[in-house]
Amino acid sequence: MGILAAGEPSIDALGQFVLHPALGMLGRSVNFSQGNLMMLIAGALILSLLYFGMKPAAIVPGRLQALAEIAYEGIYSMCHDQIGHEGKKFFPFVFTLFFFVLFGNLLGLLPFSFTYTSHIGVTFGLAAVVIVLTTVVALKIHGWHFFTYFFPAGAPKALAPLIIPVEVISYLSRPVSLSIRLFANMVAGHVMFEVFASFIVMLAAAGTLGVIGAAGPLAINVVLMGFELLVAFLQAYVFAILTCIYLHDAVHLH
Amino acid sequence: MNERRTGEDSSFESRLAAARKKQGLDPAPVAQEVNGKQISSMGVGLRVGVEMLSALVVGLGLGWYLDSWLHTKPLLLIVFVLMGGAAGIANVWRLLGPKPPKPD
Repeated sequence: MGILAAGEPSIDALGQFVLHPALGMLGRSVNFSQGNLMMLIAGALILSLLYFGMKPAAIVPGRLQALAEIAYEGIYSMCHDQIGHEGKKFFPFVFTLFFFVLFGNLLGLLPFSFTYTSHIGVTFGLAAVVIVLTTVVALKIHGWHFFTYFFPAGAPKALAPLIIPVEVISYLSRPVSLSIRLFANMVAGHVMFEVFASFIVMLAAAGTLGVIGAAGPLAINVVLMGFELLVAFLQAYVFAILTCIYLHDAVHLH
Repeated sequence: MNERRTGEDSSFESRLAAARKKQGLDPAPVAQEVNGKQISSMGVGLRVGVEMLSALVVGLGLGWYLDSWLHTKPLLLIVFVLMGGAAGIANVWRLLGPKPPKPD
């Protein structure tokens, strides 16, 4: 979240999404932005959660170990339930994807932080990896039979020139909808934070009555923070489960 | 004896359920089943919107690209935007329509 300077007349809701070079001169010379820095931090946090969580390897887990175990088992059962028996192969991929998105969403809620999942480039990159993987998996398992996916069995042959483009567009719209959903949720949440935070500053600058009135947007931001925590988990979950559903389609072709 | 017993039990269960409903102890089911998981109605609405929009965007992009490649402006753009809309409807139908019986 960006911090608005007191007395500034306009609301700069989108300035928080601008990338800046991080890590001083070194970062500037290789265009290393704060988004990349947050990605590295997220990766390090995920790895240390698993490493330090599982280090005690206790039979009765402590809090951190319980968290690591729940994370592992939750995603594992999601893969197994959604994809089927073959889902085990894709577990590392889905686990990585889920936690990369989740930590991106959650880290973005910290003050002075940056939400890398609020950039369509990042979310579309992740979705493109998903769609390329599902297509490669489907081609590898089913070969040329994969292309029957675009023409449902039993449809009249005369409708083929209409059905096939529609089905191809529908297939290609998957990564777009996957990336737009995550990106739009994150941007909308952070813009709302910024707008209500600006209201606080503007009202507080308007005198004694304004300071009292500023409690309103402050309360809204507190509620919004809880809501955004929910959205952070939900969107990471949706991203992972849709990946599982697409992988299920790729493995089973319907 | 045994039969009377179960009959009593089921009537007790139904009376308990009715009483709980009257007192508002059981929350009304707001979630609905989509793709085998529970989503709230707001979630369904958002998903439907995103599905339709993304298919339209892909249709627009494909039409635009093919037009500039084949120099057929604006014919293919028009055709593919319409097909994108159709694909959006197909996406929504696949999301909310009746499910085909599982093959396995």
